[in-house]
Amino acid sequence: MRIECPICGSRDRREFYYQGAAVALDRPAPDAGDAVWDVYLHLRDNPAGETRDLWQHEGGCGAWLVVTRDTVTHAISAVELASDVKRAMA
Amino acid sequence: MAELKAQNPFADLLPLKIGGVSVDARDLGHLTVLGDLGNRAALAEALEQAHGLALPEPLRSTENGATRCIWLGSSEVLLIGTPPDAALTKVAAVVDVSDGWAAVQLSGVGAEDVLARLVPVDVRTSVFERGHTLRSQLREMPVSITRNEGGFLLLVPRSVAATMVQELRRAMEAVASRR
Ligand SMILES: [Zn+2]
Repeated sequence: MRIECPICGSRDRREFYYQGAAVALDRPAPDAGDAVWDVYLHLRDNPAGETRDLWQHEGGCGAWLVVTRDTVTHAISAVELASDVKRAMA
Repeated sequence: MAELKAQNPFADLLPLKIGGVSVDARDLGHLTVLGDLGNRAALAEALEQAHGLALPEPLRSTENGATRCIWLGSSEVLLIGTPPDAALTKVAAVVDVSDGWAAVQLSGVGAEDVLARLVPVDVRTSVFERGHTLRSQLREMPVSITRNEGGFLLLVPRSVAATMVQELRRAMEAVASRR
C-alpha cells in the first residue's frame, strides 16, 4: 500500500501513522451538549465503501492528511492536507 | 569552572569503508531549526538578507558557500553552518539543535544500493538530484537525506547515531558481497 503525500509524493505505508476517522476535524463546541459529544467521541460509521481517515506522514514531512479510501476495494481516491481541509471548512 | 569537551556522536565507529562505499562523520557546526510561523515571505526575506540563502521549497536545499539550508518538514527548514541571525527570531521559531542531530557523509559507487536496502524511497540520480532532500526512515529511524557533491548527507537523531552506523555497515557488507 502506498499513499500519495501532497508534499512528499508517493510513499510506502510504513511511513504513515493512522489516527482514525476524519471526524476529529469537526470538533463540537464545548457547550454542544452531551448527545452531540457522545456521538463525536464514540459513534463511528462502519461503511462498506468510501471512508475518510486522518493519517500523519510521521516518517516523512510530518503533515496531517485526510485520506479518502474505499474499504471494499482498498483504493485511495484522495489525499489532502488536513490544514487545507480545515481551512475550507471555516 | 569545568571545561566540557564536545564528544563525537560516532566515537570510534567511523570512518567506515566497505567495498566502494564509505561513511564519514560530519561536524556541521551550528544546526538551527527555523519554524515557519505563517509568514513564509517574511522568513524568506530575512534568510536572504541575513545569510544570503534562499528559503528552500519542500524537498529542496539551498547553499551559500559553507552555509546551507535544507527543508526538514511541512513547516520547518534547517539552517546549517552558522549561528542564526537575530533578525530571524522575529519571523520564525528558532531552535538550536546543534547537538540533536548526528550527520554522516555516505559516498562511493554503490551508495544508492546501500540506501535502497534501508530507506523506502528511490534516491537514484534519475529522480533524486544534487540539492534534493527528503525526510523518511532509515529502518525505523527518522532520517533527513540530502544529495550533495560527493553522495549523500544523512542526518539522524544523535541518540540513534550508533544504530545508524550498524545498519549502514550491514547494508554495505551485503552490497559489497554481491559485487
Ligand atoms: Zn509528506
